[in-house]
Amino acid sequence: MPPDTPPPVRAGLELRNVSKYYGDLAALVGAQLRIGPGESILLYGPNGAGKTTLLRLLATVARPSEGEVLFDGSNVRQHAAAAKAAIGFVSHSTFLYGDLTVRENLEFFGTLFALAEAEKKIAAALEFFTLGKRAHTQVRKLSRGLQQRVSLARALLHEPKFLLLDEPFTGLDAATVATLETLMRQLPAEGRTVVFSTHDFERGAALARRLVALEAGSIRYDGPFEGRSQEPGVRSQ
Amino acid sequence: MNSPLPWGEGVPLPALSPAGAGRVRGFAVTNQNRRARLLTPDSRILNPNSVRSLKIIAAVLAKDLRLEWRNRETLASVCVFGILVVFLFNFAFESGREESLRQLPGLLWVAFAFAGVLCFNRSFALERENACLEGMALAPVDPGLVYLGKMLANLIFLSIAESVIVFAVSLWYNFSFVPSLKWFAAITFLCTLGYVAVGTTFGAVAANLHMREVMLPVLQFPVALPIFIAGIEASTGALKGDPPSSYMSWVKLAAGIAVIFIVLSYLLFEYVLEE
Amino acid sequence: MNKTLPTIHLLVTLVWMLLAFWMIFLYAPQELTMGEVQRIFYIHAPLGWVAGTAYTIVFICSVIYLWKHSPLADDLAHASGEVGFIFCSSLLFTGPLWAKPVWGIWWTWDPRLTLTFVLWLLFVSYLMLRSYVSSPGRAATLAAVVGIIGFVDVPIDYMAIRWWRTQHPQPVIAGGEGSGLDPRMLLTFMVCVGAFHCLFSYLLAQRLRLGKARREVSALRRTLALRSTEE
Repeated sequence: MPPDTPPPVRAGLELRNVSKYYGDLAALVGAQLRIGPGESILLYGPNGAGKTTLLRLLATVARPSEGEVLFDGSNVRQHAAAAKAAIGFVSHSTFLYGDLTVRENLEFFGTLFALAEAEKKIAAALEFFTLGKRAHTQVRKLSRGLQQRVSLARALLHEPKFLLLDEPFTGLDAATVATLETLMRQLPAEGRTVVFSTHDFERGAALARRLVALEAGSIRYDGPFEGRSQEPGVRSQ
Repeated sequence: MNSPLPWGEGVPLPALSPAGAGRVRGFAVTNQNRRARLLTPDSRILNPNSVRSLKIIAAVLAKDLRLEWRNRETLASVCVFGILVVFLFNFAFESGREESLRQLPGLLWVAFAFAGVLCFNRSFALERENACLEGMALAPVDPGLVYLGKMLANLIFLSIAESVIVFAVSLWYNFSFVPSLKWFAAITFLCTLGYVAVGTTFGAVAANLHMREVMLPVLQFPVALPIFIAGIEASTGALKGDPPSSYMSWVKLAAGIAVIFIVLSYLLFEYVLEE
Repeated sequence: MNKTLPTIHLLVTLVWMLLAFWMIFLYAPQELTMGEVQRIFYIHAPLGWVAGTAYTIVFICSVIYLWKHSPLADDLAHASGEVGFIFCSSLLFTGPLWAKPVWGIWWTWDPRLTLTFVLWLLFVSYLMLRSYVSSPGRAATLAAVVGIIGFVDVPIDYMAIRWWRTQHPQPVIAGGEGSGLDPRMLLTFMVCVGAFHCLFSYLLAQRLRLGKARREVSALRRTLALRSTEE
């Protein structure tokens, strides 16, 4: 069943006929996806459907085996710096150095992303995620939930236009979940896009306005949520 | 309206190009076109923002140094290993003083070579813990700069280890390096620079394999061989007190190798980092 | 599948090799000092040339792969690495066979032999890398990087090893292999170089077909896996 017409967007991030193979395994096949500003997208599907692969391709961390990933209409490889500066990625791995403190980690990423007024922004981020007290604790000593908070701070520090979250709710405590949910509701209003994957369909449906359903490496559905307050049976279309 | 990000400045979004205006004029978008990259504003060679580049190299270097300072694992293991190699040599080649002195440069460089393997392996082991290399790949930085930062960190660590090894050797063999110290230090530094240039790259390559401890020496020793030869030959001359002109060609070779491999690795590192 | 081209290739190779061997044993005159054993030279030296050609192909294909991500370049690099490894190993094998009867020693660290061993190590490390990386895409990229660095290193190694040998000279045992050759010997030599290159190209082509077949199998397996999850 062909996917519903995607909402009219100016090309922000786009996957054009993208496939990703790992040897004999096809993680993603023939993916077509266009993501514009101010969107809120839920990436849904069973384990192994290709959600993580898709997010990694969008984040330019992985390179497609076939097809292209486009940013603002041109290949991401061509303008890698511009693309990476506009994308924030949170995944299973935190990308944080265990032996450095929270503040040191954020300062390092601040330098890599060429943040202006880094000190101010880091201080504000620490406060926003209530990490102020742990600013000088080594990341290795923090709980998983706190580490995810630091990872979120890291991803948002450079004010990305596209925030990509791979199962962000796992391992988070209630307070952080609440903060994250608020953020995910408000960012699109500001014109930033949030793309996230989760196993919790109800929570995802409450937060997102567009559903992209994946199964076995293909995008089966791409469109609004209307009438889909329940988990879609993936074969129902 | 309040930005949900308290540190957000409400930065206006860039004008997004209309859909379908995909192809960059003149170059196939799907292919990595090297010439195109050299000439685009993002190019590293023609990038006027060299201050920023230096800052990034410094940040990566500082990060590695700081990490090492926190647990000192690399330094400790590299120094101890180097000393162990020298120690074993004592039993392997029990010879008179005259012969021992002739073997000294060779002994030193074997110890340096194996110490280096440990050093390069560890340098990327700590990046693997939380997929930190990927985290750096997320940043809009030239991967070559990451390479330079890590290379300098390895240079510092290996130099420290070499100093410890040299000290141990001078003690155990009752040999003073002081008379020839200036030239010996210069030669060793230059050759270490070349070795680190090669070793950092191969360390990053080997980090992708679960057989990395075996693969790193296999990959890097054939390539680093001329550096070792240059180091041994030049050191022999320097320690004997020969005039510098007699081993200057070796020094030049070492310098040339260092330059070639630093440039080559700088250009190729993005392929090692990408997935 | 088109069988004619490979068959012609095989026939040409066979004929050329037969010609080469005929020339080696029956046409080329006997060498003055070394006797019959010297004839190994006609096999040994061309093997060296082929090993060099093989590694050069690895280098060129590695550059092309990094530039254009062409699967053909990757397959060709891998194929050239494998076949080149075989030729290089044969080189290391025939060397001692020649050295022992003529000079009484199995091995010596003269510049040429040392460089041969280094080249062999470069092949070994290249192939080991390819087998130990789990993902084929990653293996291709990393192998390309290693191939490029290794190739750049070969002339540097040559210089360093040669200088080292001049510092520590050994009694000269390897007479100049290309110097002052009887014209019949030279002809035999050139024919052998051609013959072994032809053999190399045939093996390369076969190995390339194998590589392509592997890719096709991989693609089929992928499709199969996807179909089965749909049931």
